[in-house]
Amino acid sequence: MRRTLLESLSHGPLTEAPPSRDDAALAELAASLERSARRRLGRSLSIREVDAGSCNGCELEIHALNNVFYDLERFGLRFVASPRHADVLLVTGPVTKNMREALERTNVATPDPKWVVALGDCAWDGGIFAGSYAVVGGVSKVLSVDLHIRGCPPSPIEILKGLIALLDAQTAKQP
Amino acid sequence: MPALTDILRGKRVDDHRPWPRVIVTTDTWRDVARAMAAGRATLLGLWGDADASLAVHMAVSGETANDIAVASLECPDGTFPSVGALHPPAIRPERAVHSLYGLQPVGAPDLRPWLDLGFWDVRYPLGPRIPPPDVRPAYTFLPAEGESLHQIPVGPVHAGIIEPGHFRFTASGETVVRLEERLGYVHKGIESLMAGANIERAAKLAARTSGDSTVAYGIAFAHAVEAALGAEVPPRARYVRALMAELERLANHFGDIGAICNDASFAIMHAHCGALREVVLRTADSCFGHRLMMDRVVPGGVAADLRPDSPASLKTLLEYVRRRFPRLIELYDNTASLQDRTVGTGIVHADFARQFGAGGYVGRASGRTFDARKTPGYPPYDQLGFEVPTLTEGDVNARVWIRIREVEQSLALIDQLIDRLPTGPIATKLTARRGEGLGFAEGFRGDVLAWIRLDGDRVSRCHLRDPSWFQWPLLEAAIEGNIVADFPLCNKSFNCSYSGHDL
Repeated sequence: MRRTLLESLSHGPLTEAPPSRDDAALAELAASLERSARRRLGRSLSIREVDAGSCNGCELEIHALNNVFYDLERFGLRFVASPRHADVLLVTGPVTKNMREALERTNVATPDPKWVVALGDCAWDGGIFAGSYAVVGGVSKVLSVDLHIRGCPPSPIEILKGLIALLDAQTAKQP
Repeated sequence: MPALTDILRGKRVDDHRPWPRVIVTTDTWRDVARAMAAGRATLLGLWGDADASLAVHMAVSGETANDIAVASLECPDGTFPSVGALHPPAIRPERAVHSLYGLQPVGAPDLRPWLDLGFWDVRYPLGPRIPPPDVRPAYTFLPAEGESLHQIPVGPVHAGIIEPGHFRFTASGETVVRLEERLGYVHKGIESLMAGANIERAAKLAARTSGDSTVAYGIAFAHAVEAALGAEVPPRARYVRALMAELERLANHFGDIGAICNDASFAIMHAHCGALREVVLRTADSCFGHRLMMDRVVPGGVAADLRPDSPASLKTLLEYVRRRFPRLIELYDNTASLQDRTVGTGIVHADFARQFGAGGYVGRASGRTFDARKTPGYPPYDQLGFEVPTLTEGDVNARVWIRIREVEQSLALIDQLIDRLPTGPIATKLTARRGEGLGFAEGFRGDVLAWIRLDGDRVSRCHLRDPSWFQWPLLEAAIEGNIVADFPLCNKSFNCSYSGHDL
């Protein structure tokens, strides 16, 4: 372990360098997130993820946000275990009828102000599972959705971009 | 020892490939159940059917590689003799058949609904489709008796980025006396969506049955369709599929090894394994155009060929992993505080693994040397050299080591696949016709079974069986006598699919 730790010190982190100003997506993202997140919520945004019937593909890419390449927490975004600690509900899946009540109860347990983000094509309108007896067909049929992030599944960069868009829109509404 | 074909007497169905499907009498149905109970056969899947007539099917394997068959029992009166009464691994599949089709397993030890949690607008959605009761019936968990026991209900929404399911613990102090799972929260009705879908749409549904195994489901589904249609897949497509399958195995095993260590609060492994996983996904993206390689396997072949620079980037990936992974293995092996959590925790006994036919690392960590790439086997693995690592300890540590050894095997397989990649077409055109097919694929978690009945270019019925069906019940056994705090560790070492199970 000592060797691994020492080598980590000498080799530097794997985390992608804080994006340079002229670097397209990430740079824009880091800068705008910093501005808008601070104005609205101080320094951070806490996210509670709810799987409402996903195939677990979206979960894999949400997980990836926590790896050293994306290092989500450097942007002030973090996942929390309890909805009571959350500012954002990040919902995946077509909302199965079996998960509808649990999703509604999670929403009630999340304090205001809060935002609901529907992640993935299933969460948009049920996706490929739309029309089944077992799905409601999209998060907006159950909760008021502030933002949809499309994709099957969306890549980690697309998820980050979406979270920024949410912050920007919320900041714009403020006086 | 009689082969399955000797037990399975009855009318053989035409057009079911590559293994026979036999319409049996209730006596023969019971004989098969007895053979499984006696350990002479393994249950591969049990599902319902309501196409021409109400029926139940049971896929079983005997002791030799190609001794696989499907027994079908027609149930005109809506009942069939319970297999679960003799052979417990059939209990949950039978409960699902009852909840979805309304077929009654006579003599079943447990008839509580499964998958149907009482929220649907219809009861028996794949069978008679009757209105649900006005009041949602209460669900009774199995009892645990003793002094000072307390219950801990967990889920469906868990404290993490994981899938939903309910766990009901009964504990005596810190020690788990009984765990009972209640699943079905992510039931999407995939079987009903499959019915009537064309092959292209059905393949997309199969690819979204369990996202982490999208390649494995793609291959299993393609195998079933190709068997039903008698299609010959070009060799290059077989190799490209195997490349994707091994990348998927690598990515998931890295994710799991890291996450198991993280659940023992050893974050450095999680960080390093997470980096390895990300590099695999990025390579998959550059070679196949999708990080999880969704929809890249299609019935008949693969959707897109490798790019000219793909072999080189795959070799670069192998080199990167081979430079970094051995150090992590050493770190895992030499950290006493971590070993203290994983060694001897959550033991699955070998007889349970054998009885349930548990696939993947759950079975192989408990002495079951089964791998669908070897048995029944499918190309191109018959042309490649690889070993199936097996251990007998059956604990969390053994399940970690199986993954470590499988990573090494997958690296060697990718090397061989690149070096021997055949030239030629990447897909064959499918000719629509009637037929039934059974297919397998070895995902990272275990063997995925796909059964299909095609009518022209339409699917009339399709059943997909995730390896988790025969692993989830073993988790209940593995946690007994362990402390509640070790449950996340045990659960992660199983990493069963909720979506794949719930369908």
